[in-house]
Amino acid sequence: MRPGLNRMLAPMRNLDQLSAGERRVLERLGGGRAFRRRLMELGLLPGTPVRLVRRADVGGVLEIEVRGSRLSLRRGEARELWFEAAS
Amino acid sequence: MIDIDLGKRVALAGNPNTGKTTLFNRLTGGNAKVGNYPGVTVERQEGTMKLADGVSARLLDVPGTYSLSARSVEEQIAMQAVAGLHPLELPDLVLVVVDATQLARNLYLVLQVIETGLPVVVALNMVDAQEAAGLAVDADAIQRDLGVPVVPTAAKSGRGLRELREAVRAVLADPERGRPGPRWRPAGGPLRQDVETVGAALPDEWHRGIQDRREALALWALLSLDDEDELDGVPSEVRITASERRRAADASGRDLDLEIVSGRYGWIDVHMPGFLREPEKPRVSRTDRLDAVLLNPVAGFAIFLLVMGVVFQSLFAWADPAIGAVEDLFGWLQGVVEATLPAGLFTEFVTGGLIEGVGSVVVFLPQILLLFLFIGLMEDTGYMARVAYLMDRVMRALGLHGRAFVPMMSGFACAIPAILATRTMERSRDRLLTMMVVPLMTCSARLPVYTLVIAALFPPSEVFGFLPVQGMLMVAMYVFSVVVALAAAAVLGRTVLRGPRVPLLLEMPAYRLPHGPSLLRMMWTRTRTFLTEAGTVILVCTIGMWLLLTFPREPAPEAGAAASVEAVAGADADAAREAERLRQSYGGRLGRFIEPVIEPLGFDWKMGVGLIGAFAAREVFVSTMGVVYGFGEDTDEESVSLREKIRSETRTDGRPVYSPLVGLSLMVFFALACQCMSTLAVVRRETRTWRWPLFLFTYMTALAWIASFVVYQGGRLLGLG
Repeated sequence: MRPGLNRMLAPMRNLDQLSAGERRVLERLGGGRAFRRRLMELGLLPGTPVRLVRRADVGGVLEIEVRGSRLSLRRGEARELWFEAAS
Repeated sequence: MIDIDLGKRVALAGNPNTGKTTLFNRLTGGNAKVGNYPGVTVERQEGTMKLADGVSARLLDVPGTYSLSARSVEEQIAMQAVAGLHPLELPDLVLVVVDATQLARNLYLVLQVIETGLPVVVALNMVDAQEAAGLAVDADAIQRDLGVPVVPTAAKSGRGLRELREAVRAVLADPERGRPGPRWRPAGGPLRQDVETVGAALPDEWHRGIQDRREALALWALLSLDDEDELDGVPSEVRITASERRRAADASGRDLDLEIVSGRYGWIDVHMPGFLREPEKPRVSRTDRLDAVLLNPVAGFAIFLLVMGVVFQSLFAWADPAIGAVEDLFGWLQGVVEATLPAGLFTEFVTGGLIEGVGSVVVFLPQILLLFLFIGLMEDTGYMARVAYLMDRVMRALGLHGRAFVPMMSGFACAIPAILATRTMERSRDRLLTMMVVPLMTCSARLPVYTLVIAALFPPSEVFGFLPVQGMLMVAMYVFSVVVALAAAAVLGRTVLRGPRVPLLLEMPAYRLPHGPSLLRMMWTRTRTFLTEAGTVILVCTIGMWLLLTFPREPAPEAGAAASVEAVAGADADAAREAERLRQSYGGRLGRFIEPVIEPLGFDWKMGVGLIGAFAAREVFVSTMGVVYGFGEDTDEESVSLREKIRSETRTDGRPVYSPLVGLSLMVFFALACQCMSTLAVVRRETRTWRWPLFLFTYMTALAWIASFVVYQGGRLLGLG
């Protein structure tokens, strides 16, 4: 199967659907312009590996590692970060 | 040796959490002028930086920022300071502080600054932490590829500072050594055209005829300007051109932001491997181990509550002896002045206006210093980011920022330090919303009022046989204030201060030990700002209150009043005369003037005078009531005679003036009304406009009136009055 077709068949997963410790390559960014731009400027560009470090189930916040630095973002916004289904 | 000022300006820029402030203090030797950037409440520090052999330059601290594309006020200032846009002058050199442990992300800002065509020197800071983490960065390789001097430093220990000063001096002497030209340029194609079109629309004073600078600012405009930005000072031609190009790009399916940002990260990705002496390995660091506990849903919250408990306790209990000492000192001073100067108006002014006013400013210092010590510790260690992480869900439900928790809690002690503490939030809307609700929290100045009212009007007894009524009332007042504050936040956040929902993007910095001297400096600079700016307003207001309650000097005695004065003798006569004088003063007249307004709340004019006096500070209510009832102004809330007087005071028809219902109404009024001119002065200072303190005063007073009205009239309908 060609990679492009494979990608179409396997559904993408967003950051909120990953489990703690999982590391995947960022595929696509959704959300508003300011949000996307800020994420990109912090190094979250498509093609960048991202690791989900921890999820605070009480606080509703997720912590990720990208390019050697740590960021946290809310679940709602984490759903705007899309990853390929299989690594 | 006398330093020769070269007259050169160096701007110190960098990401947040890079040790920039520590480096600033190190380079300037802690001598800096603190002010504000024109028109905004962003702190501006400027100092003299000694270079080698007796020459020096001016060093300007730029707000920490991840990028020059601006959104918040701080980012805009950073952009203006670095690019030399109006109203800030063009620096001769930009010193960019880089966190060696977060190299890739930090280099993004370095690339942007290099693009502007200004000479750049990079301080590769925190090399010690980075070596400790087992990483090794090749400063020579970075210097070679960036084309600007790169100096490894450790600001905390002072390592590399001599070399840094030398590098800055060398580049100031020969700017070309720090001006390699942009590392990355949009190649041919649509982005190139966008840059040229927008570049042509830029005013001359922006690009100063320099092509690289023109391109850099065109890229900035394309990335930063849109319908939602809060930037001012951008010529409309630039705005229109940039948004046209952006729309055109959108229409043809291009992602302009991605093209620009990935241009820079593309350069970083190509060169990063050469900057690291060994490949990056996944780290399980001290920070990870600490976070496993501190961000744990159970242990993390428990520790957080413990930390907050310590802060709270310190503001309440530990600051108390110092507050007492300040009050004693100023009381003693008043005594000395009264004893030395001849009695008269001038002496009264000095003691009751001047010393009282200065005292009412200084009295806030213990709590302000303590709170800033804790906030500084929490920020410098990296714990503040975790607070926002833990509290985000709760605070967001109310429309508040996660970091608003610390100011809100500090509001229990005093609204003044709490309002100053709102500066830990980046967005002005978050700061404003917090400022507007913090004064609703039960501050310690309300306690004497509650104590007096509860002790006078609610006899000690128990409900359900075991719950003490007096204690329960006190607790109820606290709960009431929290509920109202949170509700007000929810309402104001959805109405007056409705803002776009801002995504939380929080850097979780590695835990670090705080740097003592920087911490002390921060405490001092913030305290000094309070003293000079809010302090003056508080002083003036105190003198104003003194005037209101002192003049006119010799009121024409009213027939009935004069008779009653004569009826009592000796010391009592003095107090009675004082009570009569207060009744006739402008403040007393005001109290009688507002009587019709406060009557539906169950208050009479004497309470009105108390309310006016309480505007100086809530606890003044007690001593003003002491004067009104003729016990002299040294009356405190423990005064048995004042309590009895309050209990026995009757109306003309023989009903008691004070019933438990009136007491409740009075406490509700004090809980909600903005009876504190210092709060208004500090809000004025922090927002730079009278609009917000005015709004605060109006909404809180209206809320207080309505709530007291409901309590009193409702209670009467239920037959409680």
